[in-house]
Amino acid sequence: MIRFDYARPDAVADAVRAGAGEHAAFLAGGTNLVDLMKENVARPLEVVDINRLPLGEITDLDGGGLRLGALATNNDTAYDDRVQARYPLLSSAILAGASPQLRNAATNGGNLNQRTRCYYFYDVDTPCNKREPGAGCGAIGGVNRIHAILGASSQCIATHPSDMCVALAALDAQVQVTGPEGDRTIAFADYHRLPGDEPWRDNSLKPGELVTAVDLPPEDFSTNYTYLKLRDRLSYAFALVSVAVAMRIEDGRIAEARLALGGVAHKPWRSAEAEAALSGADPGKPAFALAADALIAGAVGQGDNSFKIDLARRATVRALEQAAAGTPQSQTDKRIR
Amino acid sequence: MNDAVTTDRASARRVAARPIAAMPVTLTVNGERRELEVEPWTSLLDLLRDKLDLTGTKKGCDHGQCGACTVLVDGKRINSCLKLAVSLDGAEVQTIEGLGQPGKLHPLQAAFIEHDAFQCGYCTPGQICSGVALIAEGRAKTREEVREAMSGNICRCGAYTNIADAVLEVLEKEGTR
Repeated sequence: MIRFDYARPDAVADAVRAGAGEHAAFLAGGTNLVDLMKENVARPLEVVDINRLPLGEITDLDGGGLRLGALATNNDTAYDDRVQARYPLLSSAILAGASPQLRNAATNGGNLNQRTRCYYFYDVDTPCNKREPGAGCGAIGGVNRIHAILGASSQCIATHPSDMCVALAALDAQVQVTGPEGDRTIAFADYHRLPGDEPWRDNSLKPGELVTAVDLPPEDFSTNYTYLKLRDRLSYAFALVSVAVAMRIEDGRIAEARLALGGVAHKPWRSAEAEAALSGADPGKPAFALAADALIAGAVGQGDNSFKIDLARRATVRALEQAAAGTPQSQTDKRIR
Repeated sequence: MNDAVTTDRASARRVAARPIAAMPVTLTVNGERRELEVEPWTSLLDLLRDKLDLTGTKKGCDHGQCGACTVLVDGKRINSCLKLAVSLDGAEVQTIEGLGQPGKLHPLQAAFIEHDAFQCGYCTPGQICSGVALIAEGRAKTREEVREAMSGNICRCGAYTNIADAVLEVLEKEGTR
């Protein structure tokens, strides 16, 4: 780990000022940043510890939504009574990820801003366009079991590793940020980006911008939902494929359904076509299969990860069945029903 | 903005090569207040082991993937390898040494011995700190829930069944099951 200066501001404005330099990094829970610093992937010269900023609360919003402070921990969010009652999809997705120890330290803002777990991004002895623009991509034609099948580019096939963000995408959350140019709100779908020609840019934050909160809209989808996560071991592993479903059933038909895939792209993957295919449909396998096909339309395998295409299709159908039946996937009993 | 934040690589290297002073950090470790000078890049794990000689907390992977370094910070279990000590100024830290000592074991330590819940023992301090927190959290009650709530602690000897037995026994005794 390189040597760095350390600052611990008490006020958001001071943090933004300290974080404006090109070699500055905000430190929250540290569960990803400290690891990246140990690997010499992250080399900040100024670490701005934001843990004293007043951003740790979870508060009700006027109109029925909920504001998750950027510094609320993943566990405090997942076990918050309001989150459990009104946004069980979010609670379930958070608890599907990492471990109790990591979730006690990791924050909501940090969860959004964590980097990919692509092996080549982590290994500084291999080429990676995300780590070093123009260096090339070791994963394309390399070992790529965990990599993207959707939205990848010729420069980068990394995935975003979060579970929480897959649920936030399905819930149409909004990200509140502040920065040198003031405050703004980013729709969750626009927060993370596809790699394209700039794979080093994970999200749409501008230099020096800081996430202050994530807002959940009032619609809670607390009856028909599920978070189904498939991975190489039952706990404490990143998703190969995960599916978040938020559904509203009225008079026996699907009034609205939101679908998001995790582990398959540089961002949580949604498809307007897939969701339109479900709108007004009978909740059953024919509609679910059509939606699943639409959701993974255009998927491309890289070799080791080609299995993910079929896995994502089947997981989507199963997750839709779980949501429609009101029997969400348990994150304790890992049997998939 | 700090003038150390520079935009060109040469200046960046100069900054990186410059000695940076240790910073004052006050921690309460196992009930004892410690006023320390810590370099900002020191992890809590390295501070405990190298400077405070509390070597009960183990360094397994050093990347948050094994749980051997689990300690309690302000009552919550975390991976001490991923925490910069400097960021914990004012915090209360409890390690395996603070839970119990020979002749006066914590009930979970005694249960680990009773149930043969380890072989090589390297993961055991982290397992026990994690289990103590699990019991205090009061959420896990069934064997399945205990296994899931202990999933952040890897045991390469594979003593999981007996670890769950030990945790469940203490859960039952404490009447929280």
